[in-house]
Amino acid sequence: MIHHHPEKARLFVLDDERAHWHDKALWFVRVKRDRAAATVPEWEGLRTAAEGIKVHTLSRLAEYLEEFERKATANGIQVHWARDGEEHNRIVHGILEKRGVQRMVKSKSMLTEECHLNPYLEARGIEVVDTDLGERIVQLAGEPPSHIVMPAIHRKKEEIGELFHEKLGTPRGLSDPTLLTERARAHLREKFLKAEAGLTGVNFAIAETGGFVVVTNEGNADMGTTLPPVHIASMGIEKVIPRLADLGIFLRLLARSATGQPVSSYTTHFHSPLPGGELHLVIVDNGRSEMLSEAHRRKALCCIRCGACLNTCPVYRRSGGYSYSYLIPGPIGSVLGPHRDLAGHASLPFASSLCGSCTDVCPVKVDLHHQLLALRQEAGEEKLLPFGKRMGMKMASFAMARPALFRAGGKFARWILRVAPGLARVGPGAVWLRGRELPEPPTETFADLYDREMATRPEVKS
Amino acid sequence: MSAREAILSALRASGAAPVAAPAHPAPVQQGDPVARFLESVKGVGGHPYRVADDAALVAAVAALPVWSAPRRASLVPGIDGTVDLEAVDDPHALADLDVAAIPGEVAVAENGAVWVKGESLGPHRAVFVIPEHLVLVVRAADVVNDMQAAYGRITLPRPGYGLFISGPSKTADIEQSLVIGAHGARSCAVFVVG
Repeated sequence: MIHHHPEKARLFVLDDERAHWHDKALWFVRVKRDRAAATVPEWEGLRTAAEGIKVHTLSRLAEYLEEFERKATANGIQVHWARDGEEHNRIVHGILEKRGVQRMVKSKSMLTEECHLNPYLEARGIEVVDTDLGERIVQLAGEPPSHIVMPAIHRKKEEIGELFHEKLGTPRGLSDPTLLTERARAHLREKFLKAEAGLTGVNFAIAETGGFVVVTNEGNADMGTTLPPVHIASMGIEKVIPRLADLGIFLRLLARSATGQPVSSYTTHFHSPLPGGELHLVIVDNGRSEMLSEAHRRKALCCIRCGACLNTCPVYRRSGGYSYSYLIPGPIGSVLGPHRDLAGHASLPFASSLCGSCTDVCPVKVDLHHQLLALRQEAGEEKLLPFGKRMGMKMASFAMARPALFRAGGKFARWILRVAPGLARVGPGAVWLRGRELPEPPTETFADLYDREMATRPEVKS
Repeated sequence: MSAREAILSALRASGAAPVAAPAHPAPVQQGDPVARFLESVKGVGGHPYRVADDAALVAAVAALPVWSAPRRASLVPGIDGTVDLEAVDDPHALADLDVAAIPGEVAVAENGAVWVKGESLGPHRAVFVIPEHLVLVVRAADVVNDMQAAYGRITLPRPGYGLFISGPSKTADIEQSLVIGAHGARSCAVFVVG
């Protein structure tokens, strides 16, 4: 069955109190982002530069990846290439198997979510522990992340206390975030000390120097890469940037856009393995080169995964991460998911008010709401819309192309609204009226007003 | 065809027209960098200190409550620790380290970040993240306005390692409540000398 955003969203908003709580929590982050952006006078210039660097890099991606590989190899990094998620997982498992690794710690990586790495390794007897606190919470709960930066944003502290009680044996009724974090620290420290390998994502890979950067606030990527002798990093092909100096642009934007911090706590630059250790880097395509080959989709590959578009989106805030069918929720996911598989994610381009706030906050200026609109048209052309919507569109375009019919229809609707407003709540249109009030029918329409004005001002008409 | 060749040839065939790289915008200089850096350190949850010279630094670090803990490691010349990092074979043995003092090469006014190069970490990279508390030391002359200026100053030997540290380890993953001390240091004292 096709996952339908409005249906999932309806379930989410059934709990009115929670829906408002979720909305507020994310708006709080959006406000922090605005404050942080306002401290940088050259903010818009940074966005323009970041966009330009990404677009430039994507236009010469093969060259930059080759340069990166050459220099990374010279730095002692072992570079692997994977066409898809399955090949990525096989490579990672191969590295772990060769060293007899039983326990691996992992820091946040949406790419490994995309490849379904955890179940693949677990099926082969390897313990994988997500070490970002939010990721660990959803892992213990058996859920995917509901946000790309704050994976457990949908969970209340009391629920996390209950989960920790059940899974980690903490006292029942714990709900103080400081105490819960302290318990998680102790639990995960044990995991860090026992791990035989650590896996991280990659925020930026630098072609010029053959190294890569991983950003965290908690220090979990650092614990996981400075203790075990084996470090595996997974990156999508779009993560490469040309020069070290380009980081000066991206790092000024990333944390401010993501959480409103001026920079994350740890920004670690890896240009060699641990002394005596191994550093593997897996470069993954998994549909990206195809997205690159189509000009109108290419821009979505500029995304640096800050999550700002999720936090600002009125639909995401009010419908929650799990109402989206793609693993990345919010506006960017509603672009990436349908770009990969439009039929499988046909409802996502409609999970937007097209207000454009996502595009306005995006640090690399991905034209999100334009892409969402274009995807709606594609979904329409490919007949992926539900019957009611398809017919509605047809009728609307028929009427709008015929002014007399349009006016007559409007008149009829206003009359119905006056004499039998209940009729509007019957039939397929009723879905629109869930939670909405009917408007007062206006005594004069815009067309009436226009005609009247024009009649009294003949000079404008000529 | 290998995965590498398949991916690279798909990219070469993608038909993206070459686009020139843009110029970086010039950052606006905002006030006295040292004063702003100290303010930023506070903002990211760290404890900023300014000392006149190395003698004052040694005295100020010695006076820190966290520096009275038993297991102390120092990579800052002139500051003595109790744990000899060179004598430790395995970084796992640093799990009970109380505090480490580490020198920074560049400090960034706009965000309180301190660049620490790999060589400054001694034999074990874990020394910046595994101890309970962290002490960072930078020179006033090494404070720059912003990250763009910082990258103009950073020397990154290849093969190498290095990182920006901005305040203590933190998380806000439970209901957006900021908690200091997630996996790494629970506190971060930052000294500016000069």
